[in-house]
Amino acid sequence: MIVAKQKPVEEIIEEAKEYDKILLAGCNECVTVCEAGGKKEVAVLASALRMYFMNQGKDLKIDEVTLERQCDHEYLEEIRNTIDQYDAVISLACGVGVQFMAEKYMQMPILPGVDTCFMGVTEERGVWTERCQGCGQCVLAKTGGICPVSRCAKRLFNGPCGGSTKGCCEINKDLLCGWQLIVDRLTELGRLEDYEKLAPIKDWSTERAGGPRKVIREDVRL
Amino acid sequence: MKTKTPSKLEKIIRAGHLAVTSECGPPRGSDAEAITKKAEMIKDHVDAINVTDNQTSMTRLSSLASCIHLKLMGLEPTLQMVTRDRNRIALQSDILGAASFDIYNILCLSGDHQQFGDSPTGQNVFDLDSMQLVQTVKLMRDEGKFLGGDEIKRPPKMFIGAAANPFADPFEIRVPRLAKKVAAGAEFIQTQCIYNLEKFELWMKLVRDRGLHEKVAILAGVTPFKTAGMAKYMKNRVPGMDVPDEVVKRMADVPKEKQADEGINICVETIQRLKECEGVRGFHVMAIEWEEKVPEIVERSGLYPRPVLKTDN
Repeated sequence: MIVAKQKPVEEIIEEAKEYDKILLAGCNECVTVCEAGGKKEVAVLASALRMYFMNQGKDLKIDEVTLERQCDHEYLEEIRNTIDQYDAVISLACGVGVQFMAEKYMQMPILPGVDTCFMGVTEERGVWTERCQGCGQCVLAKTGGICPVSRCAKRLFNGPCGGSTKGCCEINKDLLCGWQLIVDRLTELGRLEDYEKLAPIKDWSTERAGGPRKVIREDVRL
Repeated sequence: MKTKTPSKLEKIIRAGHLAVTSECGPPRGSDAEAITKKAEMIKDHVDAINVTDNQTSMTRLSSLASCIHLKLMGLEPTLQMVTRDRNRIALQSDILGAASFDIYNILCLSGDHQQFGDSPTGQNVFDLDSMQLVQTVKLMRDEGKFLGGDEIKRPPKMFIGAAANPFADPFEIRVPRLAKKVAAGAEFIQTQCIYNLEKFELWMKLVRDRGLHEKVAILAGVTPFKTAGMAKYMKNRVPGMDVPDEVVKRMADVPKEKQADEGINICVETIQRLKECEGVRGFHVMAIEWEEKVPEIVERSGLYPRPVLKTDN
């Protein structure tokens, strides 16, 4: 999933204070799972904002909605008939949802309510960790199913570097060394000799370096 | 033995001498004297001088510019180059820049993470890793080609080095990792500072078991402690450093005013012991901000005078 975390409420207040009628829009997908922008978080944020502005003596109207997804046309269309009642929308979707809504409703200010962090997993309740950076050319078959791009702080393809200590990364003792994990997996798989194959120089053009990306499937296009 | 480059370091190693290298860290400013003065202190006692490349991610005068200063003094620099700060265009461009000044040695590194330095909020690059940089230099030198495939006019002639840390984890991968660097094209290796001699000797045994010591010249890295505090700091705070308790204790057990001498003694004893270790082809003496001690260490270790090469091409 795409993992996000809630923005500090002070930051949201700062962006929202000039508006009188605000729609708080949650998303029922990833940000619900990572407890940053689902129905529950929309309700909590709405209460916090109401309370804050009431104490400021400001009459603020806040409505709540949680869409099935904010990265698909059909769900974003659900607010077409009501969106004009508001001065602004605070979207608690990831950056994808915020932008797709902004593209669709050109005259409506759309404010982000979360900071979008990474693609990752729920490691345990309340702990989410990164697994993929979407480099566009998956190498997991060669690295024991552990990604050197997302799990190594230096994105080394022939690691581990000299800073790997007791299974941890040099930059943080709470961060596992991705290459230790790769070596452990290759050992479990009985394929440690794969480590000695030199990884070719990466083609980064399928990653961020190549500019905004696009996937087209002609066979499924309408 | 035939050499591939005009590098003095390569010639000394191939002639079978124990090589001695040292290093100078560039200043955090633009005063070239900071580097040339350090070089003056050590130049008669070493075969080549490494110049570190923004080590520990602290922004400094560039390694390439510093190497040029050394070259203009008639010395033999080793350009340290990390892949943290430059993409493949900049790396290849700087290699050509160094080659245009006839800098004949390069040490290919990935570099410390930027979090350790003065720009923790900056981007890192890591377009290539250290092994891929080794491959790149080899391609440029031996095939006269850029990574993009085009031909290089007047390709670089560089003796290609890489680093090895026998003490980092996982230990079982440390010799295979060296084998990879050798396969990539590394011709000399400078190791992490050695304090745990037993572990280093075990690593060397595994290196010899695979015959890697015959394919690559391993220069054992040593760094003298100035104080017991430094020993403790390196033990506890520097990632990938292995300082055994008895070494820390040995430093701590002497009075403060004698600790520097004890640090030099440990360093000299380390070199003397490792001179006997098969496969060790020289020493890399990293006297951090203590360059004036390099001559004493080299002399007391029986590595002085340095060999003089008869021919120069």
